[in-house]
Amino acid sequence: MAVGNPFTVAAVVVMLAAVGVNVSAADLSGYVATEWRDFVHDALADPQDYRTGVSLSVNPELVSSWRQDKRQIRFSPFVRIDTHDSERSHADIRELSYSHALREWEWRVGVRKVFWGVTESQHLVDIINQTDFVEALDGEEKLGQPMINAAWIKSWGTLDFFVLPYFRERPFAGSRGRLRVNPPVDMKNVQYESPDKEKHTDFALRYSHTLGDWDLGLAYFNGTARSPRLIPQIQITGPVLIPYYDLMQQVSIDLQATKEAWLWKLESIYQHRDIESYAAGTGGFEYTFFDLSGTGMDVGLVCEYLWDDRGAKTPTPFEDDVMVGVRLALNDAQSTDALIAVVKDRHSGQALITVEANRRLTNNVKLGLEGGFFSHIHADDVLGSMRRDDYIQVEFAYHF
Amino acid sequence: MKRLITVLLVFLPLATAHATSVEQRGLEIAKEMDQRDLGFADQVAELVMILRNKQNDQSVRKIRNRTLEVQGDGDKSLVIFDSPADVKGTAFLSYTHAVKPDDQWLYLPALKRVKRISSSNKSGPFMGSEFAYEDLTSQEVEKYKYKYIGDEKLDGRDVFVIERYPQYSKSGYSKQVVWVDKAYYQPLKTKFYDRKNSLLKTLTITGYKQYLNKYWRPSKMMMINHQTGKQTELTWSHYRFRTGLTSRDFDRNALKRVQ
Repeated sequence: MAVGNPFTVAAVVVMLAAVGVNVSAADLSGYVATEWRDFVHDALADPQDYRTGVSLSVNPELVSSWRQDKRQIRFSPFVRIDTHDSERSHADIRELSYSHALREWEWRVGVRKVFWGVTESQHLVDIINQTDFVEALDGEEKLGQPMINAAWIKSWGTLDFFVLPYFRERPFAGSRGRLRVNPPVDMKNVQYESPDKEKHTDFALRYSHTLGDWDLGLAYFNGTARSPRLIPQIQITGPVLIPYYDLMQQVSIDLQATKEAWLWKLESIYQHRDIESYAAGTGGFEYTFFDLSGTGMDVGLVCEYLWDDRGAKTPTPFEDDVMVGVRLALNDAQSTDALIAVVKDRHSGQALITVEANRRLTNNVKLGLEGGFFSHIHADDVLGSMRRDDYIQVEFAYHF
Repeated sequence: MKRLITVLLVFLPLATAHATSVEQRGLEIAKEMDQRDLGFADQVAELVMILRNKQNDQSVRKIRNRTLEVQGDGDKSLVIFDSPADVKGTAFLSYTHAVKPDDQWLYLPALKRVKRISSSNKSGPFMGSEFAYEDLTSQEVEKYKYKYIGDEKLDGRDVFVIERYPQYSKSGYSKQVVWVDKAYYQPLKTKFYDRKNSLLKTLTITGYKQYLNKYWRPSKMMMINHQTGKQTELTWSHYRFRTGLTSRDFDRNALKRVQ
């Protein structure tokens, strides 16, 4: 198994940490979920000859903590089994790490997940972990990243140093999968700019601080780009896309001002690759009407502008788009909530509409509803290959 | 007419003096409550919350609370959610302030995301319960104006009755009537009046025990909503004080490793 090495190292580090310590109280939690997904239309390509799919996922987490949580071991594997797409059926170690908190320093070693950023519509600044696109289109599901991370915590802010010794390839849906690019990505022929390929060591540095109403993050990253260029190639089996991972450097800022019920948000990156340099950003606000007319219900409005200075050449769908969303939280005993969002291109009128809602049915069972709708998407657009993939999804998750 | 003015001139200062004295007395009681609670340094406790609706359907939440006393400002507090299972690991960090808005962060374990959230949500329900956020945050003296109403006996105990009026914005209450135990200087009962000034909720606090020979802490709080018929029972246990927590246990790095 190609990913064996760093994961073995992580496992050894974690086990060494456990040795000599009485790790008696390990805490198990997590979920098992079944998902039913129904596509509204027949697909574009022949291999995608189904409309309904079922899949099963499991994500347990084992945590052992001592000395008031200042020493901690976490292990969290993830497995999904999908009825149609062999690439969506996948397993990953989301977390296998040891953390050690001192007065001014925190050391975290192993496979971990790190989140940076403030905006809702896309996560430009969030660069450490690879996005697990077969899990969700919103970019919020991530693969575990092997790392050594030291955080230096001072009164003037926190400085985080990252050494990332191993790169994780981005998962793409297989030829039978829906919600994929066309032609499909050939995951067996991945190319890298670096001769070290996936063993290239990446570095990152992040400064973060809170000053009153303001939360600020500044970051620098040097290493393998998380998003590959997709290069068309003709093989015996037909046309495919080959992922090519450039080396890149990126600086970023994320900023939030929290002014009573207003959250003002900005994320911006400047990225340099040998083939191109570009800037991109997301900015906007979220305003919440708390306890609307004494009902206990919260209604939030989210509005963000998404831009990328590569214009029409932008490989993501978001080069000049506006996102408008409504968030609803009933704050009832079942924690019912919903989010409806539309991301619309300002010029072409192409739009992506997403709906999600959650409700706790029993103490352990949670119902999740999700829908994705592609409106007026042109055949030659980045999302063109998904224009017939409108779907609705129902998930029952048992949490323990 | 002239006589009326004379009467007013004679009595008005008296009336004002009386008004000042009941406000002064109310404030003194609130200050004494605050004063007697100083010096605990830090506190940890476990909470079980039972929500009941009119049909008597129950749902249970388990949470843990850690509080750090801050000199010259509001306390820092960390709330960790243990159940229901789908919110396990979620944590809520709050830096309370006397007058300016509190600073609050929410940690979402599935995304490993620390989210700065608005602290404008005062009157909304905490975890679907009958407790509003403003009922559970640090009760700084400056957050209210006070009025002393009188002395009473409540369940055989001597109490002061005071009214307090929220001075922070977005409160769901026009006033609260608080029955304060004269020996503990702790509330035994609070009646909450909504913004239309009708009775909304009654909180009854029982099972006080003294810790470190100084700090009185309850074991049960029962909140009844008279307008909806719903109620929430909050049981406190496993109190510990001066456990050695520092501000490092209440920062955004600590949020990511609460367990």
